[in-house]
Amino acid sequence: MTAIPAPTAIAETLKRRSGPTPTAVVPPGAKRFSVARTLRYLLLLFFLLAILIPVYVLVVTSFKGVGEASPARAWAWPHVWTLVNWQAAWTTLSPAILRTVQMVVPAAIISSFLGSMNGFVLSRWRFPKANLVFTLILFGMFIPYQAVMIPLLQLMLGLNVPSGIPSLIILHVIYGIPITTLIFRNYYESVPVELIEAARVDGAGMLRTYASIVLPISIPSFVVVLIWQFTSAWNDFLFAVFFSSSQNGPVTIALNNFANGALLQNYGSSMAGALLASAPTLLVYILLGRYFIGGLMSGSVKG
Amino acid sequence: MLVSVRQRRRVSQWGPPLLLISPSLILVGVFVYGLIGVNVATSLTDEHTSAQSTGRAPVEFVGLKNYVNLLYSPAFQHSLRNLVLYTGVFLLSALLLGFVWAWLLDKPAVGEGIFRSVYLFPMAVSFVASGVVWRWLLNSNQGASASGLNRLFEMLGLGFMQNPWWNNPNWGIAAIALPAVWQLSGYVMALFLAGFRGIPDEQREAARIDGASEWKLYRHVIFPQLSPVALSAVIIIGHMSLKAFDLIMSISKPANYQTKVPAVDMFTLKSTYDYANAAAVGTILLLIVAVLVVPYLVRTARAEKNR
Amino acid sequence: MRRIGVVAALAAAGLALAACSSGNSGSSGSSGTGTKASQVEVFTWWAAGSEKLALDAMVGVFNKQHPEVKFINGAVAGGAGSAAKDLLQTRLQAKNPPDTFQAHAGKEIADYIAAGQLQDVSNLYDEFGLRNAFPAELLKLLTVDGKIYSVPSDIHRANMVWANPAVLTAAGLDPKATYPKLADWFTALDKVKASGKTALSIATTWTQVQLLENVLLSDLGSDKYIGLWDGKTAWTGSDVGAALADYGKLLSYTNTDRDGLDWPDATQQVIDGKAAFNVMGDWAVAAFTEQKKTAGTDYTYFPMPGTVGVFDFLADSFTLPVGAPHADGAKAWLQTVGSLEGQTAFNKSQGFDPGPQGRQPEGLQRVPADRDQVLRSGHDRPVAGAWSGDTDRRSHRHLRRREQVRDRQLERCDVPDRARGCGQIGRSPVGRSPSDNAVCGSEVLPARTPSSSPERKRCS
Repeated sequence: MTAIPAPTAIAETLKRRSGPTPTAVVPPGAKRFSVARTLRYLLLLFFLLAILIPVYVLVVTSFKGVGEASPARAWAWPHVWTLVNWQAAWTTLSPAILRTVQMVVPAAIISSFLGSMNGFVLSRWRFPKANLVFTLILFGMFIPYQAVMIPLLQLMLGLNVPSGIPSLIILHVIYGIPITTLIFRNYYESVPVELIEAARVDGAGMLRTYASIVLPISIPSFVVVLIWQFTSAWNDFLFAVFFSSSQNGPVTIALNNFANGALLQNYGSSMAGALLASAPTLLVYILLGRYFIGGLMSGSVKG
Repeated sequence: MLVSVRQRRRVSQWGPPLLLISPSLILVGVFVYGLIGVNVATSLTDEHTSAQSTGRAPVEFVGLKNYVNLLYSPAFQHSLRNLVLYTGVFLLSALLLGFVWAWLLDKPAVGEGIFRSVYLFPMAVSFVASGVVWRWLLNSNQGASASGLNRLFEMLGLGFMQNPWWNNPNWGIAAIALPAVWQLSGYVMALFLAGFRGIPDEQREAARIDGASEWKLYRHVIFPQLSPVALSAVIIIGHMSLKAFDLIMSISKPANYQTKVPAVDMFTLKSTYDYANAAAVGTILLLIVAVLVVPYLVRTARAEKNR
Repeated sequence: MRRIGVVAALAAAGLALAACSSGNSGSSGSSGTGTKASQVEVFTWWAAGSEKLALDAMVGVFNKQHPEVKFINGAVAGGAGSAAKDLLQTRLQAKNPPDTFQAHAGKEIADYIAAGQLQDVSNLYDEFGLRNAFPAELLKLLTVDGKIYSVPSDIHRANMVWANPAVLTAAGLDPKATYPKLADWFTALDKVKASGKTALSIATTWTQVQLLENVLLSDLGSDKYIGLWDGKTAWTGSDVGAALADYGKLLSYTNTDRDGLDWPDATQQVIDGKAAFNVMGDWAVAAFTEQKKTAGTDYTYFPMPGTVGVFDFLADSFTLPVGAPHADGAKAWLQTVGSLEGQTAFNKSQGFDPGPQGRQPEGLQRVPADRDQVLRSGHDRPVAGAWSGDTDRRSHRHLRRREQVRDRQLERCDVPDRARGCGQIGRSPVGRSPSDNAVCGSEVLPARTPSSSPERKRCS
């Protein structure tokens, strides 16, 4: 999935309003609203179940053997819980998962450092046309990558970058610069000016300020950006399909090949594969969910 | 002194920042703007064959001929139509659903955290993985051999709702919008939630004390303040849907007519060495996205400047 | 300061991982510095199923014939070749070709030839004595500008119909009947449709294109069909129009979930008795044999109605790319591929042994359904009819012409005279079924030529 920017307007809003869920003032005559409240809960529950339908399908189908693959048993609970599909999926996808880790971690780390430097410069050290530069960088996040794909292919070929993970690391770093810059810039906007001023008064140059004052306090933002870049690069498919193959590429292209490429559909192992491929990002989401959401909101992270 | 003290101080002030940011500037300059330029140049040539791609045949400048051919070809027009349909369905559904969820969760509720997490989790899943399960769900068999959602409808007594989903030649692409909505409505919800939370309680209280009904409260206090949020959501969801590629590759196949969109066309063209047309499709996509995004960026930049 | 240390450590870890992974990724192409003729990387998409069995059989013969050359299996799974072809395109462009790769003989390799990525192997034909081993017509079709660029490993016939006798009997049809013309077949298809089963099972895009080729072959005859590809027959002619109408009619008998299936699923429908007929090349027999079905009782086959005596051939072949790292190894492989033992092992392993002659439908007697005979006989003329050129479903250049055909068909949809075109196909007033739009709605690639047809109206 391509990175999604958080609009600065939202960041503004959140800056004004800090803290977790505010309790709304309960209007008088609360009892009158019990019907409405029940209705609300019913609706919420209905949507919850609807959202979870694909999860049910994924889990249940992945444990069904070939014998239960008939349409009549499509939604039924498995008679026999088998691990055959998981074994097949693991054998095919585990090399790809390893390669994806090798791709995502460097890409996330490098692009977050670049974003941090850019964000700091653009938010605190005004130079002529800083705003214009920022907008130009930001536009790079919105462009459809199809608009640069053909020359990009030829460029990577010409630079002799091996296809597969090396190419993808470079590409994710470069095309991750706009979003990381945005997130960091919004974060640094919320850093009190006095900190920076104090450093300047002390005679520190920009690099010293950055290294000794700004970096340490950016940890929360780093977490947000790392998670965001991790998820974004893990789930990317467009670059993978142009610059790698199922043999040397990340798990998205391997999964697509595994699930859709076979001549005979095997939904059981495809579902197991899909779960395997999504496990890392889902894990990150479950454990570090609020940082994930913080990434969406770009900036107001309560560490 | 050739350079005044003042000038030197100014340079030493913004010299280092520029230096620090220059790697990124160069990279973005080359890999975004430079390559866009080269892409446009390629799209103005007649490089359609494999021989030309390896330099064994000459490549000539043909001006806007590729664009004209593309825009006149019924197949590409179908792609564009699909794109518009997909974007429309995706955008409206995601906005509606996201707003409804945010509205439902705005007031305090038991287990709000759980609801929010579940509504949002599909965002963490890749389009390819989601495509695997939605391919199964959107299986177009009906009746006795129905599987997926069609079978569910059958089981729930809603048999009349069965339909071929993405195999429908005219509306098939709308079925592909369904997984996209599943994945991204949570994001819209998060945006609207932030928007709701951004409205000070005092305003709501004041409106209530003044005797305004719930509807009036929403119409005159809340909606106006949510419109920037809604705009952002439109821009973001809109630009994502214009790039639709992963879902279609995962659920359908690149060659399928029903679900063809420009992004998939570009891939097919590249696979057949037709680089000039692939570049042209890419540029057309860029223009469409630019129309949507550039005004928004300009507006945001101006708002920044006036801060 | 401690935090800086943590951050710096993270950065170092990141760079280390990056270095690590770039080291691991150099796995494409041949590895190691083997001596010449020590190995050969064979790039195919035969990674599973009966195709893999065939490849393994060929490898067995290769190891016997050339024990000094190590076989490296470069098979790429998935996509029935599309994933492999994408990877191949990348590797060829990066000047990192495999030692040899699989491609369909005929027009499909024209792109590679034009790009200068294939070596001329005509001298190998002389060296290995293959000029006498293959039928002359086949050699003619393999030759481009006087040079041959590949060695075929098998020949398949693409204009076959497979049928389930039980389904036919249940529909009131004679299971042994073959249909000399398409019109006769339509009557039979109607009867099957009336009996509630799928009349004609078909799968995704390429199988539909293959059906189109068969219909064109049937309605135009082999000479005019070949003329479509070298310009002698006009795509805009009325005979082509009539063929397209027939194609549209045929699609109306097919299963609605076709686009989500690949060919084994469609053939499986015949095996399982869910469908009566399936048009597929003779490689489909492997599916039947694998499931222990007997020809004549569990299934029957006959040439596509209207194409008796015509062998629409499709041949897998192996090439020698320019810049192959181990050219000698590749040449050894090509020798095995072209040799009699190699081909026999390869084809027999897929079960291409059609059973007692007596049970074959009349039409097939004149055509060697047993391709071993074709290859063994060498000098004999294999068919009474003509060899028709392989259009290869993946040859996109020819699909461009199909776009023109399709544009033409769409123009027909505007024609008020509903004698031809979409209007003829069963229309339901409410809720059209996908098959109604099948012809007007089927396309493979965006057209490159401007269509001068006016604003398209939907047939309704």
